[in-house]
Amino acid sequence: MQRIGVFVCHCGSNIAATVDVKKVVEMAMCEPGVVHAEDYPYMCSEAGQAKIQAAIKEKNLGGVVVCSCSPRMHENTFRKAAEKAGLNPYMVEIANIREHCSWIHKNMEEATEKAVILMKAAVAKVNLNTPLQAGESRVTKRALVIGGGIAGIQTALDIAEAGYPVDIVEKTPSIGGRMSQLDKTFPTLDCSACILTPKMVEANAHPNINIYTYSEVEKVSGFVGDFTVDIRKKARSVDMSKCTGCGVCQEKCPNKKTPNEFNRGLNNRSAIYTPFAQAIPNVPVIDREHCTKFLTGKCGICAKVCQAGAVDYEQQDEIITEKYGAIVVATGFNMINLDKYDEYAYSQSKDVITSLELERIMNAAGPTKGHLERLSDGKAPKEMVFIQCVGSRCADKRGKSYCSKICCMYTAKHAMLIRDKYPDVNVTVFYIDVRTPGKNFDEFYRRAVEEYGVNYIKGQVGKVIPQPDGKLLVQGSDLLSNKQILKEADMVVLAAAIEPEPGVRNIATMLTASIDTNDFLTEAHAKLRPVESPTAGIFLSGVCQGPKDIPETVSQAGAAAVKAIGLLAKDKLTTNPCTAKADELMCNGCSQCANVCPYGAISYETKLINDHGVREDRRVAVVNSALCQGCGACTVTCPSGAMDLQGFSNRQILAEVDAICR
Amino acid sequence: MQELITRAKELLADGTVARVLGWKAGDLEYNPQPAFFTNEKELEEFVYNGFCGANLSKYMIEASKLEGKTLICLKPCDSYSFQQLMKEHRIDREKAYIIGVGCKGKLDIDRIKANGLKGVTGVTGAELTDDCEELCVTTLYGDKKIPYADGMLERCSVCKGKEHMICDEQIGESKDTKTGERFAKVAAVEEMSSAEKFAFFQKELSKCIRCNACRNVCPACSCRKCVFDSTKFDSAQKANVDSFEEKMFHIIRAFHVAGRCTDCGECSRVCPQGIPLHLFNRKFIKDINELYGEYQAGADIEAKAPLTSYVFEDVEPSVVAERSKS
Repeated sequence: MQRIGVFVCHCGSNIAATVDVKKVVEMAMCEPGVVHAEDYPYMCSEAGQAKIQAAIKEKNLGGVVVCSCSPRMHENTFRKAAEKAGLNPYMVEIANIREHCSWIHKNMEEATEKAVILMKAAVAKVNLNTPLQAGESRVTKRALVIGGGIAGIQTALDIAEAGYPVDIVEKTPSIGGRMSQLDKTFPTLDCSACILTPKMVEANAHPNINIYTYSEVEKVSGFVGDFTVDIRKKARSVDMSKCTGCGVCQEKCPNKKTPNEFNRGLNNRSAIYTPFAQAIPNVPVIDREHCTKFLTGKCGICAKVCQAGAVDYEQQDEIITEKYGAIVVATGFNMINLDKYDEYAYSQSKDVITSLELERIMNAAGPTKGHLERLSDGKAPKEMVFIQCVGSRCADKRGKSYCSKICCMYTAKHAMLIRDKYPDVNVTVFYIDVRTPGKNFDEFYRRAVEEYGVNYIKGQVGKVIPQPDGKLLVQGSDLLSNKQILKEADMVVLAAAIEPEPGVRNIATMLTASIDTNDFLTEAHAKLRPVESPTAGIFLSGVCQGPKDIPETVSQAGAAAVKAIGLLAKDKLTTNPCTAKADELMCNGCSQCANVCPYGAISYETKLINDHGVREDRRVAVVNSALCQGCGACTVTCPSGAMDLQGFSNRQILAEVDAICR
Repeated sequence: MQELITRAKELLADGTVARVLGWKAGDLEYNPQPAFFTNEKELEEFVYNGFCGANLSKYMIEASKLEGKTLICLKPCDSYSFQQLMKEHRIDREKAYIIGVGCKGKLDIDRIKANGLKGVTGVTGAELTDDCEELCVTTLYGDKKIPYADGMLERCSVCKGKEHMICDEQIGESKDTKTGERFAKVAAVEEMSSAEKFAFFQKELSKCIRCNACRNVCPACSCRKCVFDSTKFDSAQKANVDSFEEKMFHIIRAFHVAGRCTDCGECSRVCPQGIPLHLFNRKFIKDINELYGEYQAGADIEAKAPLTSYVFEDVEPSVVAERSKS
């Protein structure tokens, strides 16, 4: 039996307003082993910590229970305080009577009863705690950035500038991401490519940055500081070392019927292609699914016209295995599929387009060479209608519950650009709310309304009906004047919701990084650790974490880089001593634990075991504590209960359950 | 049977094996028991008939530690257990010489008695002849004839097949005995309301006398130290707080063998109280099949077990939760 001290925190009124802390102290004194109990308004303060330290020394405490906030907040604080007073830090247990109790209860009597129960469970556990020693693990000083959009590029540049090597893995043939598809950027209306391409060039030229395009992460193992990643470099069918990027192959390719992904399928591209003129690397890829040579075996024109002899039809996928200390996810976003929103006639009319398609139409390198025209007949539109929140802020399951955040601003941008270049075009925007928080954002929107005469109507569109004459009849409501509106338009632009790139689910699974119900990656703390995943060593950059515009993405990319640099700058990491351990006498050697171990920490040895006088060679599990991350998968898999997790032993957990049920 | 004995003698004589693991006559005609035979003389007691339901795989764990090879007789269904134990590194393949013995369905004295027969003194027709269509039961009240199939173990009517998963040679013919659907009873229990289910298991499990026979016979329950016997978990020899606590033993046991149970049916065969214990294990097998795709423990030594492996396509916990709601 330990000599236990119980310390109950008021957390100002956070706990004390709902939990009778004096009662918790009183009840604690009745628990077996408890020799000291006290309460204090702020246990985490210097003075509060001093109280714990004084009690450890005066009462010769062997275990400490702090009834306070979540261990995620202050477990470390109290462990360090105890250590300074000469107690092993792992003899400290937290009873979370704030998040798990006072914050979720209103009735003081009930909350106090629960706080007492949580205290009892922690006391029961600490009674069985044993001192543990933390070990050390090394840090591989290399970072991986998954995704080569502006977020990934910025993170990679910042890490590289700090002196650490970085690899970018990008699944498309070029880095650049969504930003490379944009024409102009708000709120300054500068050309997207003009500000992005210098960054792309810089990343490509940086001695510390290595870019794998047309590549995907295939497998991730290991843990913070020591990840091992398999990267599949898909066969480009073009030798990167030989290709000069002259572009002759693309000109001569006879198969130009493949929808051009970069232009959102609005025109076609050749089967051998670079996605856009400024692509990095400027080396084309053969799209094997559409190439005549790969489909029928007959063609081979690109190889014939290539002066450098770079075309290689035999090229195979390559798996590169590399070690990393930190991984940054920057997988970005896509527009949602509009199948469920066919009241807007997206599938019925070529003149109903998404905002991203409009970006391509407005762009000089786009399908219409930058001329605003209807895709159905090439005529210049006179009436344009923009519909906001298509799939965003959706109350039902059809769309997304969240605000996509960027649409209000880019729609103001589109409206303004159109009014500026084509003053004879009337622009009407249907909106629910116009949301423009951000530096110079509201001013930008007001310019669209006040200087450019964009007609903003508060209200949603119910239906877009294609007319026999090619016009689009827009039926909407004007909430401010409480009127139904029927309006004929030449083009309708839908501000479709954005969603995380679908592949992120797979990546999150490989990284054991958690994602929310919308598939956005979850932060370690929504406010205080917004660029870190709860999984150590995984950082979040850009829209994979939540909707963001470019300035926010770039800021977050920098923040993620700093966190990654902070990790890479360390030579050693302190490992968690709460690792698994096998009881050799009970181990069956059945390998089930090794099968479930995600870290490859369990191996088997044949050992001479003395089982109460019976000596025999047995196959027993051995845990490499440097690799073990203490996830506990093995302990629950072991049929005989031979595997146990130090600091969270089966006995300790059962003691907690017993205390709760008592 | 004679062919089997002759072959066993040969293999003992030429030194291929040091002992034979088979069955010998028990104190009653219908309860032969597992036995080791080390010489020709002992082999005279060897029997193999319709009552040899006992699965010998588990004995191979101890036999693996002995000098020399052991000849082990495995029925088709036993070979799943043997292979599962091999997969778990509990038995040494090199230490076993496996004779796959034919099976025409195994008998259960309680099933025979359930045909309304009392005072049974003997059974003939259980010998493995070609026809084995009929059993002649001698009772204190005279002889009765019943169809062989009416005396068979439940597990034989839902037989997994008469193919040996592993063996060095085969002796004897097998006969298909499958007449029912393996998961029919589980599906019927699933259909019950919560209250009905509880009442069903309450009724069945309250018969348990905790003799541990189910655990001791189970090839999957072969831990060096069973958690129920270990002092490490404060559960050994624990007095029951209420009458339902006893039932937890079976539920915990079902969890412990989940994913490894080959559905050999030994637990139900040996239960002196006639509790259909196999239903727990079959429920797990049915769930595994439905959630992760068809899987038969012991069928393939290389196959990854669904409960101890992860693939991206695995169902999300929410799917399981959704399913249990409906």
